[in-house]
Amino acid sequence: MTTKPKVSKAELAEQFRAFIDPDYVITDDETMKPYECDGMSMYCEMPLLVVLPETVEQVQRVMRICNENAVPVVARGAGTGLSAGAMPNKEGVVLSLAKFNRIVEIDPLARTARLQPGVRNLAISEEAAQYGLYYGPDPSSQIACTIGGNVAENSGGVHCLKYGLTVHNILSVEMVTAEGDVVTVGSDGLDGCGMDLLALMTGSEGLLGVVTEVKVKLLPKPEVAQVVMAGFDDVQKGGDAVGGIISHGIIPGGLEMMDGHAIIAADDFAQAGYPRDAKALLLCEVDGTEEEVHEHIAQAEEVFRKLGATSVRTSQSEEERALLWKGRKSAFPAVGRISPDYYCMDGTIPRREIAYVLTEMEKMSEEFGLRVANVFHAGDGNLHPLILFDANVPGEFERTEAFGSRILEMCVEVGGCITGEHGVGVEKIRQMAVQFNDEELQQFHDVKAAFDPAGILNPGKGVPALRFCQEYRSLEHKQHTHEHTEAAHG
Amino acid sequence: MADISQQLKEQVLQARDSGHKLNIVGGGTKAFMGREADTDAGTLNVGEHTGIVDYHPVELVLTVRAGTPLSEIEATLAEEGQCLHFEPPHFGAASTIGGTLACNLSGPGRPWAGSVRDQVLGIRLLNGKGEHLRFGGQVMKNVAGYDVSRLQAGALGTLGVITEISMKVMPKPAASLTLVQEMGMDEVVHYMNSRAAEPKPITAACWVDGKVYLRLAGAKSGVEATAEKWSGEVMEEGDHFWRQVQDMRHEFFAGNDVPLWRFSVGSTAATPKLEGNWFIDWAGSQRWFRGAGELKDLEPAARAAGGQVSLFRGGDRTGEVMHRQPEALKGIQRRIKNAFDPDNIFNPGRLYSWL
Repeated sequence: MTTKPKVSKAELAEQFRAFIDPDYVITDDETMKPYECDGMSMYCEMPLLVVLPETVEQVQRVMRICNENAVPVVARGAGTGLSAGAMPNKEGVVLSLAKFNRIVEIDPLARTARLQPGVRNLAISEEAAQYGLYYGPDPSSQIACTIGGNVAENSGGVHCLKYGLTVHNILSVEMVTAEGDVVTVGSDGLDGCGMDLLALMTGSEGLLGVVTEVKVKLLPKPEVAQVVMAGFDDVQKGGDAVGGIISHGIIPGGLEMMDGHAIIAADDFAQAGYPRDAKALLLCEVDGTEEEVHEHIAQAEEVFRKLGATSVRTSQSEEERALLWKGRKSAFPAVGRISPDYYCMDGTIPRREIAYVLTEMEKMSEEFGLRVANVFHAGDGNLHPLILFDANVPGEFERTEAFGSRILEMCVEVGGCITGEHGVGVEKIRQMAVQFNDEELQQFHDVKAAFDPAGILNPGKGVPALRFCQEYRSLEHKQHTHEHTEAAHG
Repeated sequence: MADISQQLKEQVLQARDSGHKLNIVGGGTKAFMGREADTDAGTLNVGEHTGIVDYHPVELVLTVRAGTPLSEIEATLAEEGQCLHFEPPHFGAASTIGGTLACNLSGPGRPWAGSVRDQVLGIRLLNGKGEHLRFGGQVMKNVAGYDVSRLQAGALGTLGVITEISMKVMPKPAASLTLVQEMGMDEVVHYMNSRAAEPKPITAACWVDGKVYLRLAGAKSGVEATAEKWSGEVMEEGDHFWRQVQDMRHEFFAGNDVPLWRFSVGSTAATPKLEGNWFIDWAGSQRWFRGAGELKDLEPAARAAGGQVSLFRGGDRTGEVMHRQPEALKGIQRRIKNAFDPDNIFNPGRLYSWL
């Protein structure tokens, strides 16, 4: 934890304005307002001030000043995060990387791209398309989210099972340390010497360093992609079909599942022609060479029919493929239409537990009196339950949060984790105590201190202070989970 | 098949109390790697900590104790038509999964299938305080906490004792085929990268002794259609060839008289002009060099090629064997070491002289 900052807001602003364009040192509340939260808008805080440096050297000087004066620093990309990881610290600086938005270089032969951290995820694939290449990880927010944020969160997306997460698709990052040094971790080669600091940086939620450049790998765009849609009249059958495809030796490019509520909301929104009476819908995309896709699509259709699909439809054109995906891709806004507010959760479970978890969630839904719709990355067991609520009804958000906590605890109970891709941030910091014991959490704190001895980088996020964990674990309704966790650690 | 984690923990605590150091040993087949081991240190034998803890073929996830031999794991997976996609080298029958992760060793398919580090989902680790900790998990996506599991890859056991590993496994490809043709070293790097940039089922590419070898694997129809379009002759004993490469039993690697250097560089970089022989693997990203020299003299060539060099086998192992680190990174790594192993018990000096 940081100690009290040693400088005033005015002194700090003056120091920054000595080397940063004064327009990019923001101190007034009105201009700072958009920075008060990220995509998780329930968690807000106004920062002391906001800076938008334009060069790596400026970032270094900001870090040195903040480090010397014990001023917290929250690095920020596009602010699309869903765990309040970029929520400001009220005594700290928001360091926006928005000015670092240049694609520095694309090397088509080496299949790499050098990027400033503020480059949007989708812009990478758009630029690489002229060479028949694209960037693998494609989070739902890819139109807006940036590569720097992707590194901080180890972002995934629809295609992870086959093409991996951010950690599998980057070669190196250049970063500024808490003390203001510029270092590069990783290289143009694969698997360099010594401990893997690149993996440690990936998904570290801005707690270990400020990323100022990223080198990513690009993939050749598959010749063909086709999607098979299969409807099931029962969640269990849908869950079994996911396993059926995998044990058949097919690794789909994408394998997505929606429950009954999500199917109807998405179909109303996108008119994708989904089977509206189905209780579970699978979208299974196979990509590769023409011959390979042809072979695997036929196998997938057969597997789904054998496992009791009530409807099977395969895209016959690019338009049809896009339409079938449109429903899935617009599932969040579609659900947004049927409820004043929704709260998007993000846990991962072993695939075999899908049916059990969905059934339990239905029971909890009744218990809490809140509807829940499910869309998820079935291929890798990453759930995104959407809890529907109305923030204007007193107490409803609190009930939603309690419901969400129970879902995450259930994920841990069945052998999964509290966050698959959205990060811990502020939002899930209490549940860290369910997944990890005190010794493990202390080890995380010690790792953090190795990078950031003064504790200025994104304090209060990601890893909870141990004194809060005992309290959380001892709450009465957590007893069962606690015992489970203890047993798991035996 | 035994769980000796309690025994390992007691040994660590004992070493800590008595101020002794420990060299961590699994199957003992990678003793040649890293700097010379500290001869005053005791031995912590993880080789008896064996057994498959959990395996669900449908989940594509395997959990296994660190001392389990690779051959045992691969035999179990093969029964379900699955494999370790990263093709770990076996330096002997005793090679273990724990040592493979600690050394971050992956075979010829690495650029496409990923490395051992890529496939790791979670670990259990005994740190220098004797705490038996659990990081990551058994699921594909997990961003809770720092990625301590993958941090171990390449750390050569300097941060703790890996006792258990959960990892992603994959279906064995239905078909595979190898194309071979003659090609000079100067043109091969461009050729391999051009092929890798095509959306075809290529899963390995290497060059040795004036010949380039490309492996295609996946659905039978896709493999055969690609082989027809690409140049090169279908190799009779393709699988055998790649197995030799994977286990470093190819004759290029034979003998210990001439040091073996590993250049991990940009895939398209020009091969450094040095006196000696080259084996180019991973479509250019990993280049083996056999020749005399000193680390400090080879580092500039590796840097110019966008990467790093290490002395993999042979040569002088009393000095540094890994590409030297800039001061700021040294500082971070020293502090990480201290965070996991404050009394400097594990594998002292094995990775760097200063760690």
